[in-house]
Amino acid sequence: MCNTCGCNITPGNREFAYKPVNGKTAVSVLENLLARNDDQAEHNRQHFDKHRLLTVNLMSSPGAGKTALLEATIDALRDKYRIGVIEGDLETENDAVRIRARGVPAYQITTGSACHLDAHMVHDALHKFPLEGLDILFIENVGNLVCPASFDLGQHKNVTLLSVTEGDDKPAKYPVMFRAADIVLLTKSDLLPVLDDFDPERAELSLRNLGSRAPVIRLSARKSLNLGDWLDWLIGELVQKRGKLASDVLVQPVAEPQSISSNTGMQG
Amino acid sequence: MHEFSVCQALIAQVEQIAISHGALKVQSVKLRIGPLSGMELPLLEHAYPFASAGTLAEGSILEIERAPLKVKCEACGLDSKVKPNLLTCRMCGSCKTRVVSGEELMLMSVELITT
Repeated sequence: MCNTCGCNITPGNREFAYKPVNGKTAVSVLENLLARNDDQAEHNRQHFDKHRLLTVNLMSSPGAGKTALLEATIDALRDKYRIGVIEGDLETENDAVRIRARGVPAYQITTGSACHLDAHMVHDALHKFPLEGLDILFIENVGNLVCPASFDLGQHKNVTLLSVTEGDDKPAKYPVMFRAADIVLLTKSDLLPVLDDFDPERAELSLRNLGSRAPVIRLSARKSLNLGDWLDWLIGELVQKRGKLASDVLVQPVAEPQSISSNTGMQG
Repeated sequence: MHEFSVCQALIAQVEQIAISHGALKVQSVKLRIGPLSGMELPLLEHAYPFASAGTLAEGSILEIERAPLKVKCEACGLDSKVKPNLLTCRMCGSCKTRVVSGEELMLMSVELITT
């Protein structure tokens, strides 16, 4: 039974559920328009949790440096963490090829003309992309500061990139996107000295004006500037996530030892 | 840009409700949408006839109620009405605010023709 499709209405309570008036029936629904996507996203999240993964959704305008950030992150963490990447683009396999060249599994979703990834596309990708043994899964969303913000994919954290070659008022122009960010990265920071019209403090103020308390980090993936703060944040989130999953397992009743050992990934 | 996909999801939801109630047709659909939902209302209204064509909702009326944008300040505790890109407290200026209304993207009710 649910409150979605009307199956909660039985012959016994039908007359209380709604009353036909002149052949018309008003049905009160009160449900999010993206309920189906949100249900699927929740399913994806459970799947990620089962694999003890941290799943991070990367969003930005096209060309802000999402793939370059991933390349630098993979290079920095490859010895300690196993990373997987799901790439979203309208066309081409180019980004997945760049990631695979770094020795990391990547799956490319081509959306055709769709301007965002949704939870169903990610779910389909998960059927073809094994998560076993991964620590961090990145989902690189379609480059777009509008639509991706509206669709939950099942990720644990949202990372929004703002490159310093863009305007520092982007958060004010795209409030829905920047409000969704758990962390904002000001990328291509090596170019700041030659870009006198981008003021990182103005960018941060514009973010604070949205009531956001997300940390802001300036970095350059290409020049390896200040990557440490970003990596610390990422690993901190992974540790926190695993700690939470472990404590969730501890509070579960010990009725099914089998399911607990599979949840924690422990053998036997 | 994504209004058409949202509209398709809406129509699927509405059709499911209509079928489960044995309705012949959908008369009207009522939504409540806030300025921070990421939805452009004119685009959604435009997409509606296309997304509903050939379904039980074809020809139905789409009514959209606009939810006001309000934040509650965690510093001074007051509610204020704000703009989408300036969500700081109108009273004390603090950025420690929480949106209490304005993110809605809700299907409120559906009116069905049942006989």
